[in-house]
Amino acid sequence: MKDNKGKCYTIVLAILASAWGAPALADEFTQAELTRWESEYMAVVKKGRELFTDSKLGSNGVVCAQCHPNAANTHPETYPKFQKQLGKVASLWEMANWCIRNPLEGKDLAADDPRMTALLAYMTFERRGVKLEPGKH
Amino acid sequence: MSQPMTRREFLKSAGALAAAGVLPISLVELAFADPDQNFTFGYISDSHIQQIKGDKFVRNWDRGLIRAVAETNLLDPKPDFVIYGGDLAQLGSKAELDHGAEIMSALRHKTYYVMGEHDYYLDLGEYWSKLFGKHYYSFDHKGVHFVVLNSILTYDDWTFNRWPSAEQRMMEMAGLDNPNGSPFMVGDAQREWLRQDLEKVNKDTPLVVLSHSPLQKIYKGWNFWTEDAEQVQALLKPFKKVTVIYGHVHQIQYNQIGNISFHAVMATAWPWPYPSTYAQAEQYLPKLTVPMNRADPFFERDATGWQFINVATGNVDMQYNLYNNTTRTVAFNTQTGWPEDKTYQAADKHIPPQSHY
Repeated sequence: MKDNKGKCYTIVLAILASAWGAPALADEFTQAELTRWESEYMAVVKKGRELFTDSKLGSNGVVCAQCHPNAANTHPETYPKFQKQLGKVASLWEMANWCIRNPLEGKDLAADDPRMTALLAYMTFERRGVKLEPGKH
Repeated sequence: MSQPMTRREFLKSAGALAAAGVLPISLVELAFADPDQNFTFGYISDSHIQQIKGDKFVRNWDRGLIRAVAETNLLDPKPDFVIYGGDLAQLGSKAELDHGAEIMSALRHKTYYVMGEHDYYLDLGEYWSKLFGKHYYSFDHKGVHFVVLNSILTYDDWTFNRWPSAEQRMMEMAGLDNPNGSPFMVGDAQREWLRQDLEKVNKDTPLVVLSHSPLQKIYKGWNFWTEDAEQVQALLKPFKKVTVIYGHVHQIQYNQIGNISFHAVMATAWPWPYPSTYAQAEQYLPKLTVPMNRADPFFERDATGWQFINVATGNVDMQYNLYNNTTRTVAFNTQTGWPEDKTYQAADKHIPPQSHY
């Protein structure tokens, strides 16, 4: 019996040792991965910029960038906030949809539509470095 | 949902006076104005008439211009003339210029037109000329010398060599924040014309220069910029009273540089953010400016409007008639020697909507 326990411990130790030696544990990431994630993100930001200037987002040819050059005045750092015209506290994607429906005369995007994600990524990228002030008017 | 203004709301906001058929605009009463030398002119600008397809145009921008024309027609007393400040069309097409000209044809005052980049870069102003005449010119009115400049030209290489088609050239210039754009300028030839034109003008004669670009350097990223601003300003320097009125920026701006007062006009179509609200770049906003109220996008015509200008003893006082906000008046103060907002100039008079960030 003593012999089996000893074997168990040895096996467990061996498994743990091989695990520690393995390249990517859950709580470590490599420079290669950081670079890849960054470029995935910037690709989505770039897509967001394209949509920001895409006349097909709405139905009348008007684009987001017409009123919001470089996404100025979209104020992502203030959301969620009470949007008086919607009569409730709302998130940025709801306000983006309001713009798509109204000045652009288009159709809502779902909150998790890749196009909405891209628009949000672009807007927040252009506002990077500005401190968060949720609720601010 | 956005509410394009209903008929009831329009009448309510315009007051009973609209129903009476006149819009009595009270002229700015200034202690130093000699009433005999006063005259007024209207200013409508930046309508960006945008074609969707065929005879369908973006209703929002159409409404902005239609309303400016209708209200200017109701002015009492009548202005001596009206200036159209540029960017009548969005992409410079014949259809857009025709549709804009059709709306403007309802205006019952003589109108002088200033070229904007959205009018120009498709066919270099050829069709615009057929409708409205010369690209730059001058005229005299009641002792004031007016100069209209085409200040949205750019480097020859960009205009003639850079783009494979006229349509693409227009598209590239149409994006305000497009990194492929090119800075505006008056250019050598036109500055030489200006120099010769001004040679014949007495230095005591008040000058009013009408331009689309600001004839200042405010923010290059959005072409709130004139590349040869200093050289143009130098040509204006010998004159005692000079006012430059410009469009393009779609917001209230005003400034004083030496002897020159600068005034921006509103768009009828849509407002633009102040350059200071773009976090990623350095820019310069004319320091005297008390900003317009932040636009409320839920009201289609908010932060848009038209102007009328009172020329009193050669200085310009501008009244901004904003559809959804309190009228703003920026008048030349002869004591301080610069333009001031009649109500909001002092720091402690600013109101929360004037804070932009």
